[in-house]
Amino acid sequence: MLQDILVTGLVNGGVYALLAIGFSLIFGVARIVNIAHTAFYMLAAYCFYTLLVRLQLPGTLAALISVVAVTALSVLCYRLVIEPVREHESAVLIATIALALIFQELMLYAYGGNFLGIPSAVEGVLTVFGVSIPYQRLLILVVAAAMLVGTWLLLYRTRLGLAIRATANDLEVANLMGMNVHRVAMATVAISVALAAIAGVVVAPVFVVDPFMWLTPLVTMLAIVVLGGLGSLKGSLVGALIIGYVEAITVFALPQGAFLKGAMALSIMVVVLLIRPEGLFGVVFEEER
Amino acid sequence: MLRKLLVALAAAVIAPPAVAQGTVKIAVIGPMAYVQGENHWMGAELARDDINNAGGISVDGKKLKVELIRADSNEIQSVSDATNAMERVITRDKADFVVGGFRSEAVIAMQEVAMDYKKLFLGCGAADAKLGQNVEANYDRYKYWFRVTPTKSPDLGRTLFAVLGSIAGQIRADLKKDTPKVAILAEKVLWTQAIVAALQTNLPKMKMEVVGLWQPSPTATDVTAELSAIERAGADIVFTAVSGPVGIVLGRQMGERKMKAIAFGINVEAQKDGFWEATAGKGNYVSTLDTYGMVEVTPKMIPFVTEFEARFHKSPTYNAATYDAIMLLKDAIEQAGSTNADKLVPVLEGFKDHIGTSGTLTWDKLHDPVWAVGKTSGIAVQWQNGKKVPFWPPLVKGMQPFKLP
Repeated sequence: MLQDILVTGLVNGGVYALLAIGFSLIFGVARIVNIAHTAFYMLAAYCFYTLLVRLQLPGTLAALISVVAVTALSVLCYRLVIEPVREHESAVLIATIALALIFQELMLYAYGGNFLGIPSAVEGVLTVFGVSIPYQRLLILVVAAAMLVGTWLLLYRTRLGLAIRATANDLEVANLMGMNVHRVAMATVAISVALAAIAGVVVAPVFVVDPFMWLTPLVTMLAIVVLGGLGSLKGSLVGALIIGYVEAITVFALPQGAFLKGAMALSIMVVVLLIRPEGLFGVVFEEER
Repeated sequence: MLRKLLVALAAAVIAPPAVAQGTVKIAVIGPMAYVQGENHWMGAELARDDINNAGGISVDGKKLKVELIRADSNEIQSVSDATNAMERVITRDKADFVVGGFRSEAVIAMQEVAMDYKKLFLGCGAADAKLGQNVEANYDRYKYWFRVTPTKSPDLGRTLFAVLGSIAGQIRADLKKDTPKVAILAEKVLWTQAIVAALQTNLPKMKMEVVGLWQPSPTATDVTAELSAIERAGADIVFTAVSGPVGIVLGRQMGERKMKAIAFGINVEAQKDGFWEATAGKGNYVSTLDTYGMVEVTPKMIPFVTEFEARFHKSPTYNAATYDAIMLLKDAIEQAGSTNADKLVPVLEGFKDHIGTSGTLTWDKLHDPVWAVGKTSGIAVQWQNGKKVPFWPPLVKGMQPFKLP
């Protein structure tokens, strides 16, 4: 059973990590409470499904168009919905909730409540220690690792990354220092949504596509980012793995309580926060500031 | 007391009997954005057109046309939306009868509203036994409820055992395993409770070993960990009781993993035409209870399925038995010569072996269909290379062999 837990937890943690990177950037680093983040993930999945399955476009082209289109939509949404209320966090929260619900209802109207499937990019299964892992899940692990490294390089090795961190640290001071804070915020939203869209394209084939697919990941992403510590990409990765392993342990140790795996993961988050309110790697982030 | 007064007041202002107006208004209530609601509506549309094209419902020498009211209950997301929809069709749209319903939790709540107004409500989707138990416990209040499809959950369990016994027999014969191992994977919801309890009690008596019970959330979209554990337990059969998206993920992931175990049980998503595409073609060998197929369960089934597919370009799910519900109402109204619910109840109760498209129906004192193989038990189907193949009950004409992976 140990090898099952080790492998399953790692694979599921990889899925969560891929979903969490973009959210960590927007919520953890830039401190923009974009609740619609996972709704963009849902839109990317629908877009990919439409292009790949209904219009029969090649996979790479369909993925590229989906990511670009959803990212462009996020920029439009930023200018129309988020930017006007950017200085009021609660207003951003409410506005992005409304945005997510609009996307949900539009998809429900257009596609109905049916569950849709997307073919895997890579077929086949790898067996590790007697545990079967579909290649698509391994692809998710690889993409998650690449996205993590890419985002880290962006934040800590580029001027844009410096601007994102500075703007998040103190909006007014960054403004006084001559930064175009609106453009930086828009770039942050676009990059994080692009990451969500990539997640939608890569992760959706292992789940199902439906108008409500954004809700469960939203709660899990919030948990992962808060558990790992706001602003820490490393924390988000560790948080994702913790959630993945807690869920695997719950299912293997308590099969009849498999429905509790989400609650167990959130309980672990609460326990960690009671001991370390700043999250696992929150202090490091504060010191960096 | 206040509630009774309000209901009495509302009942007093709703429309007079429809006979005088020349139409019978039937509300079709269901989650219209979902396949279940779509099928409620499509089955009802066929019934309406068949009745109206034949002249209508005969009452006292007059012909009453059927008028349908489409009511979106949104019950998958919200029980209160469902009760509001029921209230609306009775008080605002002035429906004479109601057919439909899907999710047990919502139908139990909608049953209360319909009974408040003494409206005949013919269920075409919910399996929970409480709906019928209410009739027995308080007949005067709940006598207006009749279940058309599916059979109540304990009877679904009986059907499942019958099919499971047949599959286990094939495993014993083909794989030479005397005691097949069964993993139970059931959503943690109301309708699966009785089935799970019955399985745990009865499978050992049927010479099958239960290797574990896994209960994911009804909204789960990933069962990787569960399937790893089931694979490790060496299960030959994965018994499923799932109605949500997990049914698709399960079929797909079992296919991807090339698991040797066979999935059988109730998998609502596997009853739909879209299952094969939703699993990206990985759902081979997944089997489930179903209702309709190109088989002669009744003489009306094949013509109905043919007409349904020709008109809607998809095959019907069990919710399309709204067709049967409306035909039952038609026959009852013609026999009673009235649309008065109190006069129709004894007529409906008196129907014996009423032949419909989904089965041959007789109601018990709980107004639940009397369970019988080949009459109300429904059928079992298996996905084989992109097609839904019916394989049980074997004596019904048109059944094909069940295949092991």
